[in-house]
Amino acid sequence: MTGETRERFKVLVVDLPAGRGAITLLEGRDSLAGGSGLTAMLFDKYGLPDRPWDDPEQPLIFAIGPLTGYFPLMSKTVCAFKSPYHDQYAESHAGGRSALSLRFAGFDALVIRGKALAPSCLSVGSHHLELKDVHFLWGMDLLRTGKMLRRMYEGAGHRSILRIGPAGENGSAMACINVDTYRHFGRLGCGAAMGAKNLKGIVILGDGSSPLPEGKAYPKLFAEVYRKMTDTDMMEKYHNFGTPINMAVLNGISALPIRNLQKTSDPGIEGITGETFARDTLLRNAACAGCPVGCVHLGFVRERFMGENRYLYRQVSYDHEPIFAAGAMLHVTNAFSVLTLLDTAEREGLDIMSAGVALAWATEALEKGIVTTRETIVPLKFGDETAYREGIHHLGAASNDFYRLLAQGTMKAAEHYGGADFACVLGQEMAGYATGEVFFVSQALGLRHSHLDAGGYSYDQKNKEPDIDGAVRFLVEDEQARVLLTSMVSCLFARGVYGDQVLSDCLRSVGYLNLADGLGDVSRNVRKLRWRTRLHTGFDPRTVSIPKRFLEVETWRGRIDPAYLNALKDAYAAAILALGEEDA
Amino acid sequence: MKILTAPRMERCIGCHSCSLACARLVHKMLSWDMAGIRIASSGGLSTGFEARTCLACLPAPCAAACPTGAYAQRKGGGVIVRKNLCIRCGECAKACPVDAVFLAPDGEPFVCIHCGRCVSYCPHDCLELADVGTEGAEESHAREGAS
Repeated sequence: MTGETRERFKVLVVDLPAGRGAITLLEGRDSLAGGSGLTAMLFDKYGLPDRPWDDPEQPLIFAIGPLTGYFPLMSKTVCAFKSPYHDQYAESHAGGRSALSLRFAGFDALVIRGKALAPSCLSVGSHHLELKDVHFLWGMDLLRTGKMLRRMYEGAGHRSILRIGPAGENGSAMACINVDTYRHFGRLGCGAAMGAKNLKGIVILGDGSSPLPEGKAYPKLFAEVYRKMTDTDMMEKYHNFGTPINMAVLNGISALPIRNLQKTSDPGIEGITGETFARDTLLRNAACAGCPVGCVHLGFVRERFMGENRYLYRQVSYDHEPIFAAGAMLHVTNAFSVLTLLDTAEREGLDIMSAGVALAWATEALEKGIVTTRETIVPLKFGDETAYREGIHHLGAASNDFYRLLAQGTMKAAEHYGGADFACVLGQEMAGYATGEVFFVSQALGLRHSHLDAGGYSYDQKNKEPDIDGAVRFLVEDEQARVLLTSMVSCLFARGVYGDQVLSDCLRSVGYLNLADGLGDVSRNVRKLRWRTRLHTGFDPRTVSIPKRFLEVETWRGRIDPAYLNALKDAYAAAILALGEEDA
Repeated sequence: MKILTAPRMERCIGCHSCSLACARLVHKMLSWDMAGIRIASSGGLSTGFEARTCLACLPAPCAAACPTGAYAQRKGGGVIVRKNLCIRCGECAKACPVDAVFLAPDGEPFVCIHCGRCVSYCPHDCLELADVGTEGAEESHAREGAS
């Protein structure tokens, strides 16, 4: 890496209609670092706040950070786009090999503009840029698309293949971008943002290399950080049972959303705990490139498709959130059934968190007579794997007006058909925590509407008494710490290791001296720019409402306190407005 | 004499820590190519991973093919590399039957030197620095695990 690109961002801006790209060197490294900071800066430069999400000129942005590839777990990519879900600025994060592939392709960011003239696949590398007509892949399911793209492009093992399924082609606000089969830019409809550009796939070939600093300081620090990552309980927490360890924990404290959040605990959850998945379904682990932890858990399902013991089998990655959505929320309590539903959603290119929560609402709406099987096509029923397999397909394919509207967001369907009270929507379909007021407010107002915006779920479990000022202070400070990590770009599982001092040491060891000295300012800059960007695209946190179903929740602490929840929501909304509006 | 083997690649999770360690510690590069061990998936991640690394041939066809002596036979298998003698002709890579020699865009070859510095960076103990005793064909079975 040259000094020039260390100080400035090297961005590849691709013009899809022309099938060409341009390298742009941009200032801002010392103030925004990269990742979340860089995507917000690039949206500021290339995005069109007042035009709709599917305007061909809206950018689809992928960015890595200054430490990507240089240290363990610096293995994530930030995707930014204008979301079909709310027509505002959005971020989604993924790993796989995407981050290291971008690093070795030699770019800090990839910005894709315009709409390809035909369904296409974009491939980029350190010496390569090509837009290929792949009209024959349009309509193809996501997993088969992956197989075809692997055959069409070179570089097995040292490349990343991003692709969408039918949901992304159909403009679904629940469409994901699959990364290297087992990881996803999952939420807020980035798959549709890619589909709107006529892009079925993106292949990033990581075929470049760069010299490392001379001397022993860098490899010594790497060894220390690596040891911390692998010797601490992180390996135990994320590798052993993985994130699904939360299923039993949350069920045990009555904080797991079950059956469209009608309940928060159920004995049947025993069938879909992390322990059950590991014992009965786990085939092996896998990792994002650059991460020795290997949190990816791959389970299997086998299916008898004919007599005479003729079986096929599938490998399916699982995590807490997908199991919550396809299992607990739909009250499907068999691990193999859950994996089957995850596989079904994968083929459609749907974010299973959104799809599961949406179908849970549809099931209750059908139970209550708000919709009929004329809308749902299949008689959706809690616990019925077969019905949900069909339902997921209809949602991905947008089979009728009902599913087309539902795919734009559960609340959009509820506003049309009724049933908004029991739509489990917190900015988008809820994540797998019913821990209390702070988490509900955190997801409802958070920039990504993600459980990862701030640790509200953790705050709920540690703090019993209502404390509006304390909770808002926690959300604001925790978000700031997290955006610093997502600007590097670290996996958030490494947040226990990458404190400010370690980050500063890492940056210094590879030559980012100014950044190393200015992390406090950087995190404030990034946080402010992200909020400003979101607010400019129309977000007003004061207008967010939290559906009645959340007020009816009962956890181990008792019933949700509506007064506390509303006061907290108002206070956090005010804090967000202040964050986005304050002077530099 | 020791050689690097990869006897437990079924355990590999595809983190590339070994390649990155080799590039970082041996070649002072940030790379997953400029390394003596490279990890590839074959047919997608669902089929697992394979390690492209030197099998410590004895005699080594790459050493035989090298016209300048930059690659010389190493006792116990593999090659001793003298970079200053290399003319970047690429004959070593052509001669390797298992694609263990990576050629950089400028023609510089990268091959495992059996130093074992990658081994401790594998979180699943896929790799092993195996003792093959002194040179001789009778140790060839010890290398069967390399993949």
